[in-house]
Amino acid sequence: MSLSRRDVEKIAHLARLQITEEQIPGFATQLSNILAFVEQMNSARTDGVEPMAHPFDTPTRMREDVVTETNERELMQSIAPAVEAGLYLVPKVIE
Amino acid sequence: MSKFHTMTAARIAAGLRKREFSSLEVTRWFLDRIASLDGQLNSFITVTPEQALAAAKAADARIADGGAVTALTGVPYAHKDIFCTKGVRTSCGSRMLENFIAPYDATVTRNFQDAGMVMLGKTNMDEFAMGSSNETSYFGPVHNPWDLQRVPGGSSGGSAAAVAARIAPMATGTDTGGSIRQPAALCGITGIKPTYGAVSRFGMIAFASSLDQGGPMTVTAEDAALMLNVMAGNDPRDSTSVEREKEDYTRLLGEPLHGLKVGLPKEFFGSEGLDPKVGDAVHAAAAELVRLGASLVEVSLPNSRLSIPAYYVVAPAECSSNLSRYDGVRFGYRCKDPKDLMDLFCRSRGEGFGAEVKRRIMIGTYALSAGYYDAYYLQALKVRRLIRNDFDAAFGQCDVILGPTSPTTAFRIGEKTDDPVTMYLSDIYTIAVNLAGLPGMSVPCGFADGLPVGLQIIGRHFDEARMLNVAHQYQQASDWHARLPAQFA
Repeated sequence: MSLSRRDVEKIAHLARLQITEEQIPGFATQLSNILAFVEQMNSARTDGVEPMAHPFDTPTRMREDVVTETNERELMQSIAPAVEAGLYLVPKVIE
Repeated sequence: MSKFHTMTAARIAAGLRKREFSSLEVTRWFLDRIASLDGQLNSFITVTPEQALAAAKAADARIADGGAVTALTGVPYAHKDIFCTKGVRTSCGSRMLENFIAPYDATVTRNFQDAGMVMLGKTNMDEFAMGSSNETSYFGPVHNPWDLQRVPGGSSGGSAAAVAARIAPMATGTDTGGSIRQPAALCGITGIKPTYGAVSRFGMIAFASSLDQGGPMTVTAEDAALMLNVMAGNDPRDSTSVEREKEDYTRLLGEPLHGLKVGLPKEFFGSEGLDPKVGDAVHAAAAELVRLGASLVEVSLPNSRLSIPAYYVVAPAECSSNLSRYDGVRFGYRCKDPKDLMDLFCRSRGEGFGAEVKRRIMIGTYALSAGYYDAYYLQALKVRRLIRNDFDAAFGQCDVILGPTSPTTAFRIGEKTDDPVTMYLSDIYTIAVNLAGLPGMSVPCGFADGLPVGLQIIGRHFDEARMLNVAHQYQQASDWHARLPAQFA
């Protein structure tokens, strides 16, 4: 699968990754090579094979719906780039 | 003063318990070695001398008290910089977390503290554990102690180099596609990736959640078993942590190997990428096991050639999801003067992540996107089951599977960085094990042109005790694991 500039720009946007003009051709080539490589999987006969997301097919473990954690907001926010009054600060979202 | 770096962790622990020497003396010894030797290796990102000395003093008090002393109380270790350590920088080898002071301890970190072990510092690694050579680290490459122009392997390259140069008696690693076993092989040390779910992933920065496992990197199998005893165990805070009785991984070490059936997958030895000298060393090791009472049987893993393609869809897909949390909002790197929210996200991530991480996020994003999910991700998960079925069938004929860990010995720094796919092929023997969730280990089995060769042992689920037994018996009959580079002796 060969990726165009447009494809790379679109993927980067979906992944919220800024890449520069100069970097696009390089990424396009490398990503295309990787995709060509993984396409070897298409030779596998997988009809009727169950996908395996987890090594033991273990369902999600459940627990009682009770409060077990303490609120440590101050500690967790002590490493934030910008906080005020217990809120994380970001550029304005709604005009 | 004893030369503590010539002792195994088990020997150090025994000496501490008998009061031959103190944890303070041992810790100072290794801190001095790090200070004078790590400049050549770059194996540490953060050294923690004050905390180490404090922990050593506490361990000595605990031993003097005669209280709850464990098998490794007072023994120093180096901790891969992927494990959260409260109050200590946890960078994951990335600019994104360059200034991240973890606000909590990983369960594994807590386990080491409870056991009274002494953390020397945080070791260097490929960025976000993505790499096979420790060349993607934001903090610079790590150098292989056996040849400083060569890579130590990755992603746990710092831990491997530190133990190989004996500037730490033991270290932790994590393994998603081979990142404990391959650097262990390239650096001539012992490393084990436990069965998926055996070691808690709480506080272990996530790369690919269905593949990641933390494990020990040590000089001997006995040390690995002792360290695994501390690391492993059910953890309610990790929903993928298995609920099993706690076990003693040292309990089978002394068992003779009579009757052991060792499988050799034919696909592992036919490939053209395998260095013949590596193949020879592995065959010699197999012969040694036969002398010890084992028998060899040829097995087949027909879908093993699909393991790298499947992995390089599954792992990037999972990483694209896991790394979406790095958004410059709550912690980690934030770009300067973001003009709007989109700019905040895109530039924080664009500037915070290196090229390999970006590549893998993009491949994962593509594989999971509408229209491609079935062809790539779903197909990869089906191939994953085929690979797992192969192992199940093979273990019907043998108890453990043997093979090379890495197709080559350590390559030169910069040799494989031009083409990502070339680098990915280094994982050809290790990756299938992660996809199947099986335990795998690497032990030194010889040298090729002066560089270490690793023997891979793969076991059934939760059969680590038997694998460690095989490795330990092999290490009683050979001394490859005891070698270290002359300049670090």
